[in-house]
Amino acid sequence: MAINLDISEAPIRESRLGAITGYSGTLKDLVARTGCGATIKNCERTFSQTSSCSSGCAQTLLANIADAAIVNHAPIGCAGDTVYHNIANHYGRFYRELGNRNIQLINTNMEESDTVFGGNEKLRDGILEAWRRFSPKAIFVTTSCASGIIGDDIKGVISELGDDVPVPVIPVSCEGFRSKVWASGFDAAFHAVLTGIVKPPRQKQPNLVNMVNFRGSARDYVRRLFGEIGLEPRFIVPFATVEELETISEAAVTATVCTTLGSYIGTALEEQYGVPYVKTIPPHGFVGIEAWLRGIGAAVGKQADVEQLIERERAATSADLEEIRRRLKGKRAVLGMGPSYAQSYLGVLDELGIEVLHAASWHYDQQYDYGEQPPAILRAASREKDISFSVGDQQLYEIGNTLSRLKPDIYFSRHPGSSVWAAKLGITAVPVIDEYTAFGHHGLVNFGWRIIDAVTNRNFVNRLAGWVKLPYSSWWYEQDPYSFLERGEV
Amino acid sequence: MAGVLEQIRNVCALGALQSVVAIPRAIPIIHAGPGCGQKLWSGLSNGNGFQGASYVGGHAVPCTNATEKEVVFGGEDKLRETIGNTLKVMDGDLYVVMTGCTADIVGDDVGEVVRSFAAKGAPIVYVETGGFKGDNYFGHELLWDAIIDQFLEKSDTVEQGLVNVWSVLPYQDPYWTGTLHAIADLLRSLGLRPNIIYGPGEGVASVKRIPSAQFNLLLSPWVGLRTVRRLEERFGTPFLHYPTLPIGATETGTFLRTVGAYAGVRGETVEAFIHREESRYYYYVERSADLLFETRFLPGHFVTIADSFYSLGLTRFLINDLGLIPEVQFITELVPEEHRPLIDAEFASFDEGLVSPVLYGADGGTVREELTKRKFRERPLILGSSWDRVIARELKGYPLSVAMPVSDRLVLSRTFAGYEGALRLTEDIYSVILSSFQ
Repeated sequence: MAINLDISEAPIRESRLGAITGYSGTLKDLVARTGCGATIKNCERTFSQTSSCSSGCAQTLLANIADAAIVNHAPIGCAGDTVYHNIANHYGRFYRELGNRNIQLINTNMEESDTVFGGNEKLRDGILEAWRRFSPKAIFVTTSCASGIIGDDIKGVISELGDDVPVPVIPVSCEGFRSKVWASGFDAAFHAVLTGIVKPPRQKQPNLVNMVNFRGSARDYVRRLFGEIGLEPRFIVPFATVEELETISEAAVTATVCTTLGSYIGTALEEQYGVPYVKTIPPHGFVGIEAWLRGIGAAVGKQADVEQLIERERAATSADLEEIRRRLKGKRAVLGMGPSYAQSYLGVLDELGIEVLHAASWHYDQQYDYGEQPPAILRAASREKDISFSVGDQQLYEIGNTLSRLKPDIYFSRHPGSSVWAAKLGITAVPVIDEYTAFGHHGLVNFGWRIIDAVTNRNFVNRLAGWVKLPYSSWWYEQDPYSFLERGEV
Repeated sequence: MAGVLEQIRNVCALGALQSVVAIPRAIPIIHAGPGCGQKLWSGLSNGNGFQGASYVGGHAVPCTNATEKEVVFGGEDKLRETIGNTLKVMDGDLYVVMTGCTADIVGDDVGEVVRSFAAKGAPIVYVETGGFKGDNYFGHELLWDAIIDQFLEKSDTVEQGLVNVWSVLPYQDPYWTGTLHAIADLLRSLGLRPNIIYGPGEGVASVKRIPSAQFNLLLSPWVGLRTVRRLEERFGTPFLHYPTLPIGATETGTFLRTVGAYAGVRGETVEAFIHREESRYYYYVERSADLLFETRFLPGHFVTIADSFYSLGLTRFLINDLGLIPEVQFITELVPEEHRPLIDAEFASFDEGLVSPVLYGADGGTVREELTKRKFRERPLILGSSWDRVIARELKGYPLSVAMPVSDRLVLSRTFAGYEGALRLTEDIYSVILSSFQ
């Protein structure tokens, strides 16, 4: 199904990609039941813990565009996560030497009277203030449950602004209640960028790679790799300028570090402007980076250069990897991550010689926007051994129960607020916060050494676990971890 | 009507869920959209002193994760199911159902659902905290209305010397744990038995003990007045309202004498304790005097950008004890009109007849505009949040993060309250100054 940029909002992942947040079974079963055009229904839970919403994901991308502003049309609590976005903003600006400033975001501070009489007036105030205070190159208006349910006319307010705000003002439809898949918020943000910022190409830039990522910590590494094959990355969306985003249609290729993140914008740029989107597994580990670089090479006709680059990178790191594998031999792990990373890291941990006992994926897209199953899960399922696999929107009670049964040596997790609970159980937790963890050959060996450090000194988790108790009843630990998942069709 | 806001310094009414998390083994159950818990925890706890998830915060909070279905068809069934299973899975002593915008706009009858569990003996209450209803200071008071009305039971006896302590907001104030601990220590020194509800301690047992206290101590400019009045009405417990958070020898001495007199503590006991503490305190003050007087790095006028607890408490200390000059103070929580005269009066009564201008409002843009139009002859001391480090840098000022969000420091047991707290604050202020160039 092609991406439609003529509509005002991106359809949520549940309807667009068949995304689910409830499943328990095995990896091979999930892949078999969602392949060849088949789809499975989501299993609902009869008990759940607080998850995350689209608005947070939309704002995490948009709040750090270098010269844009956000108007968050919502009660003040919906801006709670902007505190963290500002930490990311300072971190990113500090290392890029962009100068010290806070994120440019205004919350409309919706109150009871706004839910009765409508919040259009405040939204208008918010947009005008954003323009007056920040002189941004674009303004994104993010919605909320409150503004969505009362039906504020975002587009109407924007169209009435006229010349008062002479930059693009773009609605971002990210009401929390609309989707259980927080990654729908990425698509909402990308849809806004694609429809409100990106311009048709004036002149193709044959060396430019759109590099879709989050915080972009490994910029120097990526620049070096690309430089060696005559390409140049442009890191999007955080910390890019509006002007840079306007011309992503001119790039030679779009690549991503996270296929959950990249699917929408990569596919849209390919369909709309003919910019090829690299659809390989993500660039984690030797296998991942090699497939990914070959995908990029094929898209720009640099296959031979890529093969030479891979040879050099491998030669520089292979011995190290052997040593790491020797040290990690016999280690057993559980992992809990967003779908792209959960799938990709099954391969990464294979390469490090770590056995995965169970993988939990925060959601699962049955297909990507270009109509195929995620390549990393196909690769993981093609291995001889099947593994226990679950899908849940970070339901910690399921993870806690699973960990206490399996007692792995290590819990690998990705998403704030997930790894600490394993540590409280006395299990060494290795959080994968940075999206470039295990990126490429060098990233994999760095990650390997980090894991060795983590399992070498377990004193902190041991002492922590000696004191603290998780908030679950003893009854719960006797139940099947997925017993609150309503069984779907079998 | 509150205006639009740049740079949040508190969250919405549902943020009171963190006050529940602050009570050991009390468990919030939120009937809200999927992102509310994460956003509120992120703002109040994770990005504010990195206070962590504790026993049942962060993503551990039970939640209906309301979707389109609950918005269109109502969420009562989903809530009933979630509560029923929470009682099985989550190990707690008190469960507090709190609503978000979705449930309150749709109009779910949450009371009906919760009462059906309470009728079967579950220790459960509910409070409607839809984010649009107000801020988390307001939500915090609603929470206590709910606990008082739906959970607390009358006590047959009054425990002499038992004092319920009501003060700073847990999590909103990243220094709450240390501050409550310091207040408790001060009360103990007078021979009283403080009942500290939040933080390490007895958890829900201390909640149940509230009705048997000799009196309620409200150590707050205005937040909690509603709570102590309600407790007086319901249980006949009198209250002492002391508006200023005591920081430093001057205010702490006044505080101790006031509490001592109210509680019937012998004057000699109070004075003996104050003398002992002041002897120790002024030993360190004397040591600091060399730096404070013989340095080229003195701060100029000071600015506070904080809620009324800290704006008032810090201003008192900086004027009355450290001898600094106030420039302007910003009070960031939404103070109801009826409480403003008291706060204004407090800001007009400092030693040496000093008066500090006070501005109400949380908008960071207004703070920036107010500060940039002022002329600072020396580098100002700016006690605010992490947001304010940017304007402090522009003004070549000295920033210290004291108010939400404090994202540039880890806060565990630190406090600025009392004697010891004031010494910490003095260390912090001058460490900021001394480390600003080396």
